[in-house]
Amino acid sequence: MLLADRCPIFSYCADPDTLEGLTWLSCYMTTGKHLAFYTSFGTVLLLLAITAPLALSFGFFAAMGSRAHLPPVRWLANLYMAVVRGVPDIAFFLFFVIALDQGFEWMRHQVLCPDWDQPIRQGNDFIVCQAAKLPQNSAPELVHQIYGFGLAVLTFAIVFGAFAGNVLAGAFKAVPHGQIETAEAYGMTHRQAFWRIMVPQMWTYALPGLSNLWMVLIKATPLLFLLGVEDVVYWAKELGGTKTARFTDYPHGDWRMWYFAGLLIFYLLFTKLSEVVLSRITRRLSHGQATAAGEALRKAGAGA
Amino acid sequence: MSCTDTISSYAFRSIGLGERRLPTTDITVCDQVTLIGSGMLWNIYFGILAIIFGFFAAQAVALAKASPNKAVRKPAEWFIFLFRGSPLFIQFFFGYFLFLSLKRAFPVFDSFTDAWLGAAIVLWLNTTAYSAEIFFGALMAVPKGDLESADAYGFSGFPRFRRIVWPTMLRLAWPAYTNEAIFIFHSTTLVFFSGFPALQQKGDALYYASYFADKTFNPFIPYPILAGYFVLVTLCIITVFGLIGKRLNRHLPQAKRRSKRPRLMAQMFR
Repeated sequence: MLLADRCPIFSYCADPDTLEGLTWLSCYMTTGKHLAFYTSFGTVLLLLAITAPLALSFGFFAAMGSRAHLPPVRWLANLYMAVVRGVPDIAFFLFFVIALDQGFEWMRHQVLCPDWDQPIRQGNDFIVCQAAKLPQNSAPELVHQIYGFGLAVLTFAIVFGAFAGNVLAGAFKAVPHGQIETAEAYGMTHRQAFWRIMVPQMWTYALPGLSNLWMVLIKATPLLFLLGVEDVVYWAKELGGTKTARFTDYPHGDWRMWYFAGLLIFYLLFTKLSEVVLSRITRRLSHGQATAAGEALRKAGAGA
Repeated sequence: MSCTDTISSYAFRSIGLGERRLPTTDITVCDQVTLIGSGMLWNIYFGILAIIFGFFAAQAVALAKASPNKAVRKPAEWFIFLFRGSPLFIQFFFGYFLFLSLKRAFPVFDSFTDAWLGAAIVLWLNTTAYSAEIFFGALMAVPKGDLESADAYGFSGFPRFRRIVWPTMLRLAWPAYTNEAIFIFHSTTLVFFSGFPALQQKGDALYYASYFADKTFNPFIPYPILAGYFVLVTLCIITVFGLIGKRLNRHLPQAKRRSKRPRLMAQMFR
């Protein structure tokens, strides 16, 4: 992403050499590259917005699978949760980005080039036919970026899906057995009892675990940098580095420390905000539940 | 080159001993197992250092957080919030660039930008904050009856803490603290991906694993090897911490002991 160094926003920024103090700073903070830096915060939020529901659905399927009557389904779901959670997570990130990429290319290769006779792995190379390459060499830069981001989202969803699956499986187990017995006494089928009784009640037990997972997910977003996405860490490193007058209108020394201090504050505020919101949701979901928290709310309500 | 040759030339490559050039062509599984294992030395070094120093610092911070004195409590709370509320990855970057700036101003900080010292400090502070929260929770969970009994026996001040509160706190915190030890150990893989340079390609296990994945373009061999090493070390941590936990619980009736066991697969990001 190449953007002009000159500032398009304020007219007085035309000649940065003459500026001083706050005016200089206001011009510096609105250069094209800085605008890209601010956009990358949007990338982080976008990643969270897509990954959270996706990981939750992965987790939901895994938790459902771990309760399935069919043993192979159960084994598969438990294996998925055990393997992903048993391996250092960062290694998983680095692994999945390459593995998924190769997996997609291999599948396309099988479909698009059926009469290819050479082996795909030749020594240290992974060779598929030109048509199977993802994304195509001729594709515009934006497609490459979107593909990279998509891989990152999928990787995050797979890893966090396993964690969410574990939380949800525990929550299903925590729903009192009497509830299911009552549902059966009312003549509900297994499926009805699951969707109408288990699933609505499960959330209150899952919420503490899911809140924790959300915090962990927020704190995992800088790892996007390792997956090759131009995220906040990339830009902080890029913008903070020493700039000489030859290449920019805004020369400065090594400011990376301050940029990363900014990121630190961003994440602190973000996790603090999440904590406040999540504790409110927890309170709401405890209403009318057969738990200690629900009981406390009921008593408080009765007293008022 | 036979496998024994490989082991003799690369077993201590991560700390700068033996063959300098990393294998670039004809990479065998033996090369990968040896070098990734060699990198594990760094992970073990960081892990042990952080756990040992963190254990003591965390208890101090936990006690400070439990203090009725606001001037002591507030800094502890802020410290815990700062390190638990932000990603370890960013903390590493910030720490590295902070040390870099300090180094320019004061030559005393020369070795702080090297991973062996700088990254170890960041890891130490990070695990201190997380463990302090665990110990604080345990401190709050010390049974009221224990404290009343201590008063009844005439304990007060430091002896009361040393003989009654502290052992119970450790006992209650131990399962969670074991998980924390596993977490911090897994977090050590971030060091060489976050600013701190791997001088002369002296890196940790993940550094070599990703090196091989890049060179062979085949992630299906190095990463499972790495995973195998980590499972091994995790099992070691669980064994050692399990023995300590057993000792902490030795006065309790047998049946109670079995309830809380640390889980093998509980690690998460920072």
